[in-house]
Amino acid sequence: MNLNRSIPDRSRDVSQPLEALGPDETLKADSNYLRGAISSGLLAEITAAVPGGGPKLMKFHGLYQQDNRDIRDERRRQKLEPAYAFMVRVRLPGGVCTPGQWLKLDELARTYGGVTLRLTTRQTFQLHGVLKQHLRPLIRGLREVLLDTKSACGDDARGVMCGVNSQLSALHGSVSAIARRASDHAIPKTGAYREIWYEEERQEVPRTEEPFYGGTYLPRKFKIGFAIPPSNDIDVYTQDLGLIAIASQGRLEGFNVVIGGSMGRTDRAPETYPRLADLIGFISADRVLPLIDAVMSVQRDYGDRVDRAHARFKYTIDEKGLDWIKAEIERRLGSFLDPPREFQFTSNSDAVGWATGEDGRFHYTLFVENGRIIDSGKRSLMEGLRMIARLHDGAFLLTPNQNLIIAGIAPHNRDVIEALLREHGLINSETASALRLNSMACVSLPTCGLAMAESERYLPTLLSKIEEILARHGLQTEPITLRMTGCPNGCSRPYNAEIGLTGRAPGKYNLYFGGGFHGQRLNKMYLENVGEASILTTLEDILGHFARTRLPGEHFGDFAIRAGYVPEVTEGRQFND
Amino acid sequence: MNVLEAPSSDLTHEQWELVVALVRSLNQAQLLWVSEYLAGRVQTPVSGTAPSRRLTILFGSETGNGAEIAASAADSARGIGLHPTVRDLADYKLRLLMEEEDLLFITSTHGEGDPPHTAEPFFEFLEGRKAPQLSGKRFAVVALGDSTYEKFCEAGRRLDRRLEELGASRLAARVDCDVDYEKNAAAAISQILAKLGPCSPGAGEPPLLPRLEAVVPSRTIFDKRHPFPAPVVDNVALTGRGSSKETRHIELSIAGSGMTFEPGDALGVAPANNPHLVESLLASAGFSPDAGVLIDGQPVRLHEALTSKLEIVRVTRRLLRFWADQSGISELGALCEEGQAELRAALLKENHVIDLLRRFPLRDLSAQSLVDNLRPLQPRLYSIASSAAFAPGEVHLTVAVVRYPLHGEPRHGVASAFLADAAPETSVPVFVQSNPHFRLPANDVPIVMIGAGTGIAPFRAFLQEREMRGASGKNWLFFGERHFRTDFLYQTEWQAHLHSGLLTRMNVAFSREGTTKTYAQHRLLEQARDLYAWLQDGCHIYVCGDAVGLTPGVHAALRCVLQQEGGLDLHAAEEHLTSLRSSRRYQIDAY
Ligand code: SRM
Ligand SMILES: Cc1cc2nc3c(=O)[nH]c(=O)nc-3n(C[C@H](O)[C@H](O)[C@H](O)COP(=O)(O)OP(=O)(O)OC[C@H]3O[C@@H](n4cnc5c(N)ncnc54)[C@H](O)[C@@H]3O)c2cc1C
Ligand SMILES: Cc1cc2nc3c(=O)[nH]c(=O)nc-3n(C[C@H](O)[C@H](O)[C@H](O)COP(=O)(O)O)c2cc1C
Ligand code: SF4
Repeated sequence: MNLNRSIPDRSRDVSQPLEALGPDETLKADSNYLRGAISSGLLAEITAAVPGGGPKLMKFHGLYQQDNRDIRDERRRQKLEPAYAFMVRVRLPGGVCTPGQWLKLDELARTYGGVTLRLTTRQTFQLHGVLKQHLRPLIRGLREVLLDTKSACGDDARGVMCGVNSQLSALHGSVSAIARRASDHAIPKTGAYREIWYEEERQEVPRTEEPFYGGTYLPRKFKIGFAIPPSNDIDVYTQDLGLIAIASQGRLEGFNVVIGGSMGRTDRAPETYPRLADLIGFISADRVLPLIDAVMSVQRDYGDRVDRAHARFKYTIDEKGLDWIKAEIERRLGSFLDPPREFQFTSNSDAVGWATGEDGRFHYTLFVENGRIIDSGKRSLMEGLRMIARLHDGAFLLTPNQNLIIAGIAPHNRDVIEALLREHGLINSETASALRLNSMACVSLPTCGLAMAESERYLPTLLSKIEEILARHGLQTEPITLRMTGCPNGCSRPYNAEIGLTGRAPGKYNLYFGGGFHGQRLNKMYLENVGEASILTTLEDILGHFARTRLPGEHFGDFAIRAGYVPEVTEGRQFND
Repeated sequence: MNVLEAPSSDLTHEQWELVVALVRSLNQAQLLWVSEYLAGRVQTPVSGTAPSRRLTILFGSETGNGAEIAASAADSARGIGLHPTVRDLADYKLRLLMEEEDLLFITSTHGEGDPPHTAEPFFEFLEGRKAPQLSGKRFAVVALGDSTYEKFCEAGRRLDRRLEELGASRLAARVDCDVDYEKNAAAAISQILAKLGPCSPGAGEPPLLPRLEAVVPSRTIFDKRHPFPAPVVDNVALTGRGSSKETRHIELSIAGSGMTFEPGDALGVAPANNPHLVESLLASAGFSPDAGVLIDGQPVRLHEALTSKLEIVRVTRRLLRFWADQSGISELGALCEEGQAELRAALLKENHVIDLLRRFPLRDLSAQSLVDNLRPLQPRLYSIASSAAFAPGEVHLTVAVVRYPLHGEPRHGVASAFLADAAPETSVPVFVQSNPHFRLPANDVPIVMIGAGTGIAPFRAFLQEREMRGASGKNWLFFGERHFRTDFLYQTEWQAHLHSGLLTRMNVAFSREGTTKTYAQHRLLEQARDLYAWLQDGCHIYVCGDAVGLTPGVHAALRCVLQQEGGLDLHAAEEHLTSLRSSRRYQIDAY
């Protein structure tokens, strides 16, 4: 294609020598395709950590070095190093997990991961607190059930999401198959993973180990997700590359393409902002992999490699201009994108409870508060699900809202499964408010090294207090999305929630209003750095006002804008205005 | 202190009053320090013109802003002819503070008004009891923060306040910078630097004074019979949550005692018995605490005798015989016979003095006869875990606390629990116990140190000493304990020593981690080849710790190394070890 194109500024991208780029670029380039000194670091006997640059490289293998922050200070005084351990993130494209895989994960979590599993906002499992000497056995255990942790983190294509609209079983089947292929296609190809974790011999490769990525991979993480309308459960507008399935009479035709979404920002750094993705066209289903290559390679080649805070695709797009980026993608694709097709989203959350698929099988969507699978008190979630996995012959689908769908339940199993759910105290959707069912919190303390305030451990208590307010105003069954994080990074996608809370310091949060109910609009900060008391009085006032004066069918996020609490944000760059 | 009468002829009356006021306000340790400081000042030849002072820029930073400002402050300082040193509080050696002159602090605030995580040890030190007086030093604080937080620039404020409290003089008022710190900070720094220009007269220079020798207290000799009441400075558990042990790090001050010691020496601790146990004894026997008894012909209150003069836990054979005779219980009598040692030991393990009183009460037991049959309370020894050169005026101990249940109630080791429960500010009677058979070699000789549990203590002192001496000899440490996570005593210190190169190598064995029990001696065998090479290079070997488990195991392992790597037969290897011992290249401190 021959387009008259301006020449972009290339002073901060991969075309520059390593010395001119940020230190992580050298780390990657010198790592010998993600090997680095990980293997020897695993042997270092005087520390439970992996020394040096190891932990950064290990992210590309889906492993995060963390420490238990609850006891960090105490241990420092005791002249003990932090209680280092690893978080292990599984690669599970589209959140599809077989009962056999479930049982294996359950076993590994009980052996190595503190007897708990965590479902994430990108539809996978995390295990926390894994000691470094247990990483190999754990990863080999995963391999037994055909799972791995490749590129679950790192500067590469992350866990690929896929909507879990299970009523449309056939469409879901074909889209999730594409999501899996996309993930397999887009992950790094280096032999480092096999050598380090499976201790296999190094194999000679013909030319390069990373034909697509090269030695420095991407400037930053890159997230891909597939949505199946009318559900926007995956929050397609927050993906670096989002694909919205377009079907006709239940048959998949292709995808609308959106680019440049992401949540991460930094407080009081107005040059960082969340951004929702822009719709740039339509592509037929058979062209998805070339499209992924085209989009990712634009980011690979033009993304900022000097400043990691400015390296996500969204900034590349805003810097170079959407039109320029779109044209560059089309140039690399060798064809124009088609004009986008009609579609409609209604919500970005999950419908909890029983549903029947078009194939006559049953599905149960289980509300898992903040994705935490653990046995506690009357609710033995981990045990109950183990029992279910032993007899279930369908699948488990991890939802983007940290919930779990027991999917494709054979009619003869429905009653037993229902009984098991009841026996283990798992049917909780009847008592929780709709707000709670539409809430998410990120992991945060004690494991997340970036956390500034509590999130997962605090939201349930806060919600109970908010539920009192809802009850006073008759809003218990009103679906309102509320998302909390422990820091501005936005792991539970708080910036397009109707109510967002992001941690600033212990007990202190920014409060946001005005996000779109199906994830289509960013919210706006209403209060900065406030504690629980201010949050509750504010919600009391505004929710009361909402209950009294809302329009029929009006969502809380829309109301907050109409009532003038916050201005509407139409573009990421305005978020901090 | 009564030596402050005669004003020195060289001083004005005003000056003399200042001196008197100062001296009165100082404790012994401070006095010693001041006198040495002044002596130092007199010895330093002072040139006629104003001496220029050294500038140190210290920063605490978590997200890099502070670090950036510190670097640019250093540039500006160089620009006006100063020679600043820049240090991150994260790895600033606290003891260097005493040697600083002018200090520019840059610190941000995190959490809820807390210092940056990496600067926390520094803040704890400065705000704690161990903080030195900083008179004669000048400082300025540039604080970074975010005004949307309630505790805006709190860490900077704390620092500023504390430095003043410690006697340092403020060069310029503190500057609090918000998130748009760049401009403010730069302006503030250039103002501060202007006051330091190399040609400005030496403001804040203390006046020169003659040596105040007279005020130093005359030194008493403190020994086993006259222990020194050493104030407890610090007392923390080294073992982490969930440990099966309680091992504590205890810092005592011996400043002003005149006691000296060398690495390898031990500290004797004269404990007091557990007050609850004393109460229980008195109650079980029905004695009044105020009853008078004679010990070595001296009258003492019974309570006092049981608290600090007599061993009231373990039953001696003498007490058992006495009990057997008084009670007429024949089984007790039988146990006192020769040849009954094993049965006797078994009984005494389960029966302390309090248990005899409870299980076999005597009808007419008198306080005096009980006292007569108890042993004098013995001091316990603890290897000193610090070097006097590194931590002057202090003694550090590593104490494994003995606690166990017996007959359904908690029981304690006398001295270790006494130390464990000693609160800061209280004092503990101590004396130095020289240990001439556990001594560092010449500075260039390599050493291999093997310690299990608290046996690591003297090696901490060894390394501190070698660091202070700038000793060139290589250092290799073997350490064994139960669990990696909770029992790796002084883990972060060894890591720092490995990082700095002071510690050449370290190998560890944690016996309860894997399926097979591994001890320090197993690591020696694994390292046989290198160990043998070190031996060939003339290394000295030190072993400290448990006399039952560790030392025989290590001895056997060393013998194996000599056989395996040196080709010696069993007998020759044993002989070689004997000759190493007699040439003092193989030293053991077992307990
Ligand atoms: C587990 C999870 C939250 C959850 O409660 O489920 C999570 C947890 C963490 N995220 Fe996230 N992120 C998770 C979804 C997200 C999302 C949501 C999404 O992708 O749909 C976002 C916002 C979208 C985006 O990318 O902007 C997100 C934006 C971040 C960022 C900010 C990235 C940025 O460009 O600004 C960081 C920090 C970073 O990368 O530097 C981060 C970093 C982290 C780390 C790994 C902290 C770290 O770097 O040390 C957290 C680990 C905490 C722990 O102890 O488990 N996480 N993170 C989610 C795992 C998803 C997965 O399975 O892969
Ligand atoms: C040269 C030297 C250096 C030393 N260095 C150190 C050091 O650095 N750190 C250190 O911690 N120690 C060190 N020790 C040991 C220390 O001196 C004490 O022996 C130790 O602290 C115990 O003393 P205690 O007074 O607390 O216990 P004691 O009151 O003496 O009680 C110990 C006794 O309690 C009884 N006991 C223990 N457990 C049980 C049980 N489960 N059931 C029934 N009875 C039980 C046993 O009879 C045992 O002998 C050293 C010793 C020497 C000789
Ligand atoms: C989690 C967190 C908590 C903070 N808490 C405070 C605070 O309590 N008071 C304050 O003045 N500034 C606070 N700040 C702001 C920092 O002090 C400010 O960003 C500073 O410029 C950081 O400097 P540094 O990069 O050198 O650490 C906080 C920042 C973070 C990230
Ligand atoms: S939002 Fe922040 S605190 Fe929460 S998991 Fe992500 S990085 Fe950690």
